[in-house]
Amino acid sequence: MTENKVIKQIKGLDIAKFRELGLVIFIIILSLAVQIRNPRFLTLENLNDMLTNTAILGILAVGMMLVIITRGIDLSVGSTIALSGMITALTVSTYPDMNPILAVLLGTLIGLVCGSVVGLLISKVGILPIIASLGFMNIFRGLTFMTSGGKWISAHQMPVSFKAIATSKVLGINTLIVIAIVTYIVAYYFINHTRTGRQIYAVGSNPESAKISGINTDKILWMVYAIMGALSGLAGVLWVSKFASAQGDTAEGYVMNVIAACVLGGVSISGGSGKISGIILGTLLLGILNNALPLMLVSPFWQNAIQGFIILIAVLVNALVKRNITKQNLMRRKI
Amino acid sequence: MAQRNILAKKQFSIKSFFFQWEWLLVIVFILINVMNANISDYYLNPTLLLDATMTFLDKALLVLPMVFILVLGDIDISVASTIALSSVVMAVLYNLGVPMPVAILFCLLVGTLCGYINGILLTKFKELSAVIVTLSTMIIFRGIAYIILEDQAAGKFPKWFNFLSWGYMGKIPFILIVFVILAIIFGLLLHKTTFGRRIFAMGNNIEACRFSGVQVDKIKVIVFTLTGLMAGVTAIFLTSRMGSTRPNVAMGYELDIIAMAVLGGVSTAGGKGRMIGAILAIFIIGFLRYGLGLINIPAQALLIILGLLLIVSVMIPNLKGRFQTLRKVKS
Repeated sequence: MTENKVIKQIKGLDIAKFRELGLVIFIIILSLAVQIRNPRFLTLENLNDMLTNTAILGILAVGMMLVIITRGIDLSVGSTIALSGMITALTVSTYPDMNPILAVLLGTLIGLVCGSVVGLLISKVGILPIIASLGFMNIFRGLTFMTSGGKWISAHQMPVSFKAIATSKVLGINTLIVIAIVTYIVAYYFINHTRTGRQIYAVGSNPESAKISGINTDKILWMVYAIMGALSGLAGVLWVSKFASAQGDTAEGYVMNVIAACVLGGVSISGGSGKISGIILGTLLLGILNNALPLMLVSPFWQNAIQGFIILIAVLVNALVKRNITKQNLMRRKI
Repeated sequence: MAQRNILAKKQFSIKSFFFQWEWLLVIVFILINVMNANISDYYLNPTLLLDATMTFLDKALLVLPMVFILVLGDIDISVASTIALSSVVMAVLYNLGVPMPVAILFCLLVGTLCGYINGILLTKFKELSAVIVTLSTMIIFRGIAYIILEDQAAGKFPKWFNFLSWGYMGKIPFILIVFVILAIIFGLLLHKTTFGRRIFAMGNNIEACRFSGVQVDKIKVIVFTLTGLMAGVTAIFLTSRMGSTRPNVAMGYELDIIAMAVLGGVSTAGGKGRMIGAILAIFIIGFLRYGLGLINIPAQALLIILGLLLIVSVMIPNLKGRFQTLRKVKS
């Protein structure tokens, strides 16, 4: 009897973990399939390229996960990237001697300010996240065009030291990848081992009871959007340095990729759940798709639809697995 | 025992009648027109004003069903991709030699099918939020449009097709007439029929609706299918206005459309909103764009103004509510 129960519990655990396991298996199968088609895929050089191209998405996914955990959404990400990238690019083109680290800090600060404004309106004034961030998406985008006067800042206007941010290496690994890894480690510690981090989950899974149990929900909400803004600002600098050009329409529509990475990684839009390991896998899957489809000589016009289908299938499978777990839990209950 | 009379109809009170969101919108609308008339001498010209409606009404056609979806408490961000896909299908079919009326029929059919797919996915997988489902179908629909047309453009439509968005009936633009008729139909459907009342009820409490015997799934599928159909209609008018089509047509329209509905006082949380508000918002944004365009305000500054308008208009009732609760707590 007890043995039976234990076995069932183990089985339940297995299925609960299945989602991430499923994603891992999916990634492995996909990689193998690509490898067979094009042996260049699993070379160190290509993997390095792929991770470098995915790093910015990964950094943003961390912030978006925090926002989605609190039942919110931030559509202003792309515009914040453009604004912080543009202002930083303008600054370094006027002061070419500026230390690149200072430039990164400047961009992050701009993003932090942007995020704080959005967060303030959402937490203190009580505007729905989707509307507040939609409004600021327009405002930040407009400000980007205004600061640059509609012009581009292109590669020859940027100092070499600034462009080197994206190409330099730390301990033999590309700086972008290092920054992404550091972000993940800090975020992992923050949301799993600090009080404030756990409070984010509490606010997301039940705002009312979080409030009653003494959590300052307004502060948490504000903080989450500020973090998202700061990470977008950081990503903006990296983006501009990587592509060596700052434009008015930088990262337009990119927010959908960020949301897709979170959703693929099992972050629930209804709030309260989401893990760092999940979004790493989600980001990796998107990164592999972006990298592998061209390697497999899939026509670029097919890539959009294929990515969409894979996202949809992942989401649907996730729903089915969850349904299965609830069913099993119900069956296990004694009547 | 005290008896309470519950009236079948809401009692009319002048105070609550004038304290409505729509009156604020009317004031904003008048202010914008006064402002526009002051900054440009050319603004208050009836012919030009009527012509100006031709530039924004195609998008506005989709605001009507979007109000339904928002009242349901859902959201549909795949509408712009549906426009692109149905427009591309229509153009490609016509270029292959299919007669134009048949191509138009296919355009509507593709739109309806896209909406139906959204509706079915959402009702079969109730645990998924509409954001996720329509996000993925958004990518897929646009992706299919890219597969069909790649990086080409398609067009060369017959002469009469241009009439749809550039033609006049008497002195009134044809699209304005279409819009007015559709707005009346959708307004009546939402506010005067059982179907519309059920949508409001579902937006407030979908579980309660299910238990009281409302066929919630059926209604949801119908609403999403209707939105798809209207996306097809929008695609026809948009393509007619542009004269040709590409897979990246209508990029970003979904957010414009949702912004218009929200400015019109429709809550994205569901259960709240009036058609008349959304229609006022359409004309506020449209005339603001037109007026500021007349004095050469750059499009980017316009973005900022529209964003601020959206935030401020949503902020006012929220601040009012916060203030009232604060006063209640104090007393």
